[in-house]
Amino acid sequence: MKFKKTEETFFRWLMILSTSVIVAGLLLIISSIIYKGLPALSWEMLSQTPKGGFYFGKEGGILNAIIGSLYLSVGATFLALLIGLPVALYMNIFLKKHNRIVNIIRFFLDLSWGIPSIVYGAFGFTMMIYFGLQSSLLAGMITVSLFIIPIMIRAMDEVLKTVPIGLMEASFSLGSTKSETAFKVFLKQCFTGLVTAILLSFGRAIGDAASVLFTTGYTDNIPQSLGEPTATLPLAIFFQLSSPIPEVKARAYASALVLTVIILIISISARLLSKRYNKHKIKF
Amino acid sequence: MNGTPKIIIRNLNVSIGKQQILRNINVQVPENKITVLLGPSGCGKTTLLKTLNRLTDLYEDVNLKGSIIIDNEDILNTNSDITMLRKKMGLLSQRPYPLPMSIFDNVAYGLRISGIRKKKILQEKVRHYLEQASLWDEVFDRLKDPASKLSIGQQQRLCLARGLAVDPEIILADEPTSALDPISSQAIEEKFMELKQNYTIVVVTHILRQARRIADHVVFMYLGDVIEQGPAAEIFSNPKMDRTKQYFKGAFN
Ligand SMILES: Nc1ncnc2c1ncn2[C@@H]1O[C@H](COP(=O)(O)OP(=O)(O)OP(=O)(O)O)[C@@H](O)[C@H]1O
Ligand SMILES: [Mg+2]
Repeated sequence: MKFKKTEETFFRWLMILSTSVIVAGLLLIISSIIYKGLPALSWEMLSQTPKGGFYFGKEGGILNAIIGSLYLSVGATFLALLIGLPVALYMNIFLKKHNRIVNIIRFFLDLSWGIPSIVYGAFGFTMMIYFGLQSSLLAGMITVSLFIIPIMIRAMDEVLKTVPIGLMEASFSLGSTKSETAFKVFLKQCFTGLVTAILLSFGRAIGDAASVLFTTGYTDNIPQSLGEPTATLPLAIFFQLSSPIPEVKARAYASALVLTVIILIISISARLLSKRYNKHKIKF
Repeated sequence: MNGTPKIIIRNLNVSIGKQQILRNINVQVPENKITVLLGPSGCGKTTLLKTLNRLTDLYEDVNLKGSIIIDNEDILNTNSDITMLRKKMGLLSQRPYPLPMSIFDNVAYGLRISGIRKKKILQEKVRHYLEQASLWDEVFDRLKDPASKLSIGQQQRLCLARGLAVDPEIILADEPTSALDPISSQAIEEKFMELKQNYTIVVVTHILRQARRIADHVVFMYLGDVIEQGPAAEIFSNPKMDRTKQYFKGAFN
């Protein structure tokens, strides 16, 4: 009896400890970005394109990278959604009785989740050369979408998996087809979770540097079409950090702050939005 | 057999993987009567009910042999649309699963997927079926609320209304009162007694007293076999098989 109690206390403290390590680490990263980035951040930086070459002179801003990153990740997330959502629904509704096949698909998706994004970048680059395309916004979108599709499908899959079979049976017994069950019942039941899956993928898309390194190119201009190259925030941070000039280095933290704030704004607004649609969810 | 059969089950064998779940079932379900499937836990009542609706299609490695004939059609060996076949049957499951939408939309769901779009007609029908399920008085002023906010007993009646709205000929109910308090249970039982004028009803239960109250026809199952079946009066007053006698005495449950 005494031992049980000690055991309880031990594991409780272990959990508290590990939770605090994670939270503290996160706070440390965010506060160092704010601490180093905020002084370098200015309206000029947000509203202007860079002046002064590749390594980002001290003048001008990162507007091209902000807009480029938004274009790129919104486009890539949209492409991934077009493919990812149907696949996730297919796995959980149409293949319901073929558990073995679904598990094999899951296995391969998890494998491709583990492939580093630079490999997707290299693959995209090879494809571009093969088709004779130059580095562009479109090439970047396609490459990034390839990279986030497995992430999105598995995140959605985990959500759809939680729908109890009884709800599916209820839908079928009312005479719905599989597609009706998918789009009228599963989507409603899982709406919040699916939005979270999309967000997760968006976060990966906007934060990744390696897959866009070869595929989107780099430019000081804001892209006007899908065929033009574009700058992105992760690459801007990469270039600024590697600059020998201290002022430019400080700007890397400002860029990182901008990236963090964008992700924060999108997460919060999507959560608020999805909360409105959550009220019909059946809790089991 | 009393009355004309609505469902005829012949030599039905169901196995999942290597496990045989139903063995050589021969049952006739009379039209416009309440047929009760009775038997101890795990004997295959739910499986039999789901086979009638082809919901067993959702399970991995199921193997169905034999035939189930409804309106001259063998639903296990048919080319016609399973979706249409399922519309013939309303299902009440062991615990209620309302759809993730409002009370109104739950009842309107089946109407909408069969093509009814006019708001006026939808409103009339939703009201009609909610009244049928004795739920209207409790929800008429909050039809837009999520169905998940209803109590379990109300949810079960909502599922009944939703099932009736598809205009089925058969009602399949799997221990429909197992999650309900005595008063809600009684309401459902009374509803069934009323509905049997227009519907053929199959109810699974292992509450013997409930079976006595509502059954016209009884099918007693044990470990995947049908042991005995016949008109309720006969089976309850004069069971022929030892297993049935034991069960009625409460020897196992
Ligand atoms: N999907 C499944 N896969 C494997 N075995 C199953 C499956 N569903 C049911 N069974 C088995 O089939 C047998 C009958 O189950 P069923 O649910 O039909 O019993 P039941 O009579 O409805 O019992 P209860 O009164 O407890 O609901 C059980 O032995 C069960 O383990
Ligand atoms: Mg059961």
